[in-house]
Amino acid sequence: MTSPFKNAAELEKHQKQLQGQKQLPSTIAVCTSGCVAYGANRLVDAFTKAVKSRKIGDQVRIIATGCQGFCERGPLVVVHPQEWFYEKVDGKDINDILDSALKGKVLKRLLHKDAKGKTYQKESEVPFYRNQKRLLLAQNSRIDPCSIDDYLRAGGYAALAKALTKMAPEEVIEQITASGLRGRGGGGFPAGVKWKSCRAAASKNGVRYIICNADEGDPGAFMDRALIEGNPHSVIEGMIIGAWAVGHPGKPQGFVYIRNEYPLAVERLGIALEQARAAGLLGKNILGSGLNFDIQVNRGGGAFVCGESTALMASIEGDVGRPRAKHIHTVEVGLNGKPSNLNNVETWANVPLIIDHGVKWFTKIGTGDVSDNPWGGSKGTKIFALVGKVKNTGLVEVPMGATLREIIYDIGGGIRDGKKFKAVQTGGPSGGCLPESKLDVPVDFDTLVQEGSMMGSGGMIVMDEDTCMVDVAKYFVGFLKFESCGNCTSCRDGLIRLHELLEDITTGRGSEATIQLIEDLAETVRASSLCALGTSAVNPLQSTLRYFRDEYLAHVQDQRCPAKVCKELITFTIDAKKCNGCTLCAKRCPQDTIEGKKKKPYTIIQDNCIKCGICMDVCQQDAVIVQ
Amino acid sequence: MTAAKTIDPKRIDRVLARHPQGKPTALVNLLHDLQAEFRYLPELAMEKAASYLNVPNGQLFRVATFYESFHLKPRGKHIATVCTGTACHVRGAPKLTDHISREFEIPVGGTTKNMELTLETVNCVGACALGPLLILDGEYHGNMSPAKLDRTLKTIKRG
Ligand SMILES: Cc1cc2nc3c(=O)[nH]c(=O)nc-3n(C[C@H](O)[C@H](O)[C@H](O)COP(=O)(O)O)c2cc1C
Ligand code: SF4
Ligand code: SF4
Ligand code: SF4
Ligand code: FES
Ligand code: FES
Repeated sequence: MTSPFKNAAELEKHQKQLQGQKQLPSTIAVCTSGCVAYGANRLVDAFTKAVKSRKIGDQVRIIATGCQGFCERGPLVVVHPQEWFYEKVDGKDINDILDSALKGKVLKRLLHKDAKGKTYQKESEVPFYRNQKRLLLAQNSRIDPCSIDDYLRAGGYAALAKALTKMAPEEVIEQITASGLRGRGGGGFPAGVKWKSCRAAASKNGVRYIICNADEGDPGAFMDRALIEGNPHSVIEGMIIGAWAVGHPGKPQGFVYIRNEYPLAVERLGIALEQARAAGLLGKNILGSGLNFDIQVNRGGGAFVCGESTALMASIEGDVGRPRAKHIHTVEVGLNGKPSNLNNVETWANVPLIIDHGVKWFTKIGTGDVSDNPWGGSKGTKIFALVGKVKNTGLVEVPMGATLREIIYDIGGGIRDGKKFKAVQTGGPSGGCLPESKLDVPVDFDTLVQEGSMMGSGGMIVMDEDTCMVDVAKYFVGFLKFESCGNCTSCRDGLIRLHELLEDITTGRGSEATIQLIEDLAETVRASSLCALGTSAVNPLQSTLRYFRDEYLAHVQDQRCPAKVCKELITFTIDAKKCNGCTLCAKRCPQDTIEGKKKKPYTIIQDNCIKCGICMDVCQQDAVIVQ
Repeated sequence: MTAAKTIDPKRIDRVLARHPQGKPTALVNLLHDLQAEFRYLPELAMEKAASYLNVPNGQLFRVATFYESFHLKPRGKHIATVCTGTACHVRGAPKLTDHISREFEIPVGGTTKNMELTLETVNCVGACALGPLLILDGEYHGNMSPAKLDRTLKTIKRG
């Protein structure tokens, strides 16, 4: 970085300079997001050391990136400029990778192979990536998130320069409205409409808050984390454009409310903000436009409800996160009583793309028609965390309107371990579970709601025949029972009672009357809770009752858990024909309740069995069966 | 643990100084930093923080007890965190919490009597692809099972 950019021309000049500069012959990009669970940090250290000791720092650059997408195959390494995609990289592969990069010859043994044995060299050719449309995640395996120059080189902050020098704030709002961009945090509210009302709201001293919701509370999702860890400047750029559109010429102030459980995201966001300040992209008179704006980071406290707009603002104010009634919207009276514009991370990250490429480009992607109504369709792409029982778990970005089948089968590769698909859960704790018959449903805001689920922020959890849908419903109700802020009786006590009733079913104490009771109570909770946590809490429950009623009935009529998950309804036994008497299970059983003689079939004494499943895990003969 | 008794006020002051005085918007950030320093929130630190931010003691305690992240009691030497997010749940996370609870005779949130181990849960740390996930003292262990847990937790003293 040089000195702060005084105007757009200086920014552009620097950008041109960067783009003209000769790059090192090789850049090796290592994912250090979730891949750290596979030891990716040690990989980066080892690479860095090897580059140093082999004195090849003038030829190879090592960068630590955010999630590159195909997490299932981590740790991932991509070698640029050839875009060679290496999977399951181990410390032992480092020197081979460096050699191959130096020689310009691909290292075949680490390439991705599909089920038929075909190998793929480039990241974009791998089926998992080929079937996606990666716009927001395009840079995730290319740039060093801790380098603003990498972002600038890739064309970053050009949208900001354009907005600040060539567009009036109102014009930016018009463009965002016309693009049909809808909030990615769950609700799908048109961003432009929100911006417009926030700009119009009265503020005595001109203060307006521009807030980014990075709380990512959905307990099975990591899209926002990937954006912040992988490309933090794209979110910051979106927010600065937002500040111009919503708050200029007043006193816009920025906040990012971020989950503390994402330490790497907090760190990289902090670094990126520092760099943006040093470059004059935050602070006073940004690019000579007269815009004054800075962003402060507030960490969350691990409360799901704080993702809700009014609770989030209370939390930033330094209080407990309890939602309030929204007769008066937060765009008018929000944080510290001032007009506040809250958008999700992914919403913000879309903004520079739209300003850069234009409304026409953006509206070509997605469903519906938004030309005279921003609610008329779902435009752009959506990132999903595709997880659970699917073969290719990871982060995927698809155009709105892609079908569930395309996502789960073409990209996700179908169900793992040869099992059968049962359901897919979208929308997190406020969403629902859809069965196989809905796999051809296009994924957009409105269709998912019609089918009893919702888009949510992008969690997509695939479930197979071994997943018990009653247990899943109980899981979400249990989660929300714990996360309820306790304000409303219906939500606080209703969820506790619903959880008890579900517990009755999963332990074999339920009857058909229990199901009836659950249905009635669920309606009450939906109808009489204050915030969306309560009103949508019963979605997982109601959608499983709608589509998987037979599973509930099996639990209450036959005291049977078809997926063999509910402990009280299953038994572990040993198949005498398969058991070779190796003693392994008996040694590991925490209850000492497996008996037998060496080399003879063992048996489980049921009275003491706590159904921990360890015997099944350790048996090499598949002799332990669960019924 | 001895640290619980002897809290050096200077350590508290150093953390406080990193935040703007009298600004409640710094409150949650400040609690995080205090907890990072002491691994829990000692009473003295809470009182000092309240007067530093110029908010009532009650507000600080209300906040500290509302949010899942904060601990008002000292925690064990080792912290085993089981991810109980949705993806980890459907891949068997409950078996992990059950197993640790039983083996170490502590509930979720509890600490063993010898102060060796605290069992906690978290909702998704963004490594769902590797679920179910155990985080032991900050280190991620993917594709866990009760059988594998025994090995991972082997060095931790029971009691
Ligand atoms: C209980 C609850 C939790 C929420 N959690 C989040 C969250 O983690 N992230 C998020 O962006 N939005 C979350 N939302 C939605 C926000 O309230 C808000 O609608 C959103 O951040 C607005 O941004 P958008 O229009 O760009 O989506 C949550 C809502 C509720 C009711
Ligand atoms: S619905 Fe639940 S979370 Fe929302 S305000 Fe009421 S009690 Fe709190
Ligand atoms: S399920 Fe657990 S307790 Fe029961 S026999 Fe197997 S190892 Fe022992
Ligand atoms: S581990 Fe399997 S094969 Fe060995 S004794 Fe147990 S049931 Fe038999
Ligand atoms: S976490 Fe490494 S690829 Fe997703
Ligand atoms: S659900 Fe466990 S890491 Fe996401």
